Amino acid sequence: MKIGILLKQGPYNHQASDTAYKFAEAAIRKGHTVDAVFLYNDGVINATKLMDPPQDDRHIAERWSDLNREHGVEILACIAASKRRGINEDVMIKGGAITGLGTLTDIAIRNDRLITFGD
Amino acid sequence: MLHTINKSPFESNILETCIRFVQPGDPILFIENGVYAVQAHSRFAPMLEGIREKNPVYALQPDLSARGVTSLIDGVKTVDYEGFVDLVEKHKVNNWL
Amino acid sequence: MDVKKILHVMRHAPHGTVYTYEGLEMILMMAAYEQDLTVVFIGDGVYALKKEQDTTDIGVKGYARTFAALGDYDVEKLYVDRISLEERGLTEEDLEVGVEILDSETIGRLMKEQDVVIHH
Repeated sequence: MKIGILLKQGPYNHQASDTAYKFAEAAIRKGHTVDAVFLYNDGVINATKLMDPPQDDRHIAERWSDLNREHGVEILACIAASKRRGINEDVMIKGGAITGLGTLTDIAIRNDRLITFGD
Repeated sequence: MLHTINKSPFESNILETCIRFVQPGDPILFIENGVYAVQAHSRFAPMLEGIREKNPVYALQPDLSARGVTSLIDGVKTVDYEGFVDLVEKHKVNNWL
Repeated sequence: MDVKKILHVMRHAPHGTVYTYEGLEMILMMAAYEQDLTVVFIGDGVYALKKEQDTTDIGVKGYARTFAALGDYDVEKLYVDRISLEERGLTEEDLEVGVEILDSETIGRLMKEQDVVIHH
């Protein structure tokens, strides 16, 4: 199965980022393909490398970077939602990219499932 | 079609709303704060028992454990994240937020 | 190109949160891709269509009429959940946009036909 993920909430504020990550991890472990994580609404804040959580907490941005590096999962932030929230190429995590909503449509078309996490 | 619910029924009316649209036989999976819906003896237990007659009801075990929800309504099945993936593989998804 | 059935479910009241507005942006963009789009308004989502919204004094852009313009982008299937409308004391006359009002059972079957469902 090929899966796209739509993530509509910011990190830490809501469990959505964690559930999306755990779901992606499990899907990959089971041999499925996670094609992309598309960040929308406050979800775009998942993609800033400026986040700096305490040492004993999970680093949500780095987890997305790792997922990209190790499994080729595209981490894509919507440009319109990003611009509103001060997310741009300068603050983008390694392996992340800014893209348009057209890409989300492509993700919806080319995958077997589009699963949403948010509030 | 798999329906997921991530809000406590005490906080949000999603469960009541969602259930009007769920078709017989379609599974419902409670995740995140949604898992409080499947705790035994709560105000929502009778409603869940009714739902369970027509629809398989699942709850995400890591979210139950994280919240100390250990006493579940009879017939509610628990899944881990891999079980969640299996449900998504078997069904198209409708994630109620 | 594959045509997918994509359903957008508007569930939030407008202005209090950004979900409806950014949801509308998503629908407008997807409309350009010639997919089989449907929009359904459930719960507080029906308030997005309420007539006589004037956002001047809260300093945000109003967009109820943009829903009316979706037809220009070939998004013709706009449905409102009857119970959601009625329990809010509203009727079709209160809505800015011409929509079809459907019962729960019909919307439930419509949901099940979709390839992708996105809640806003």
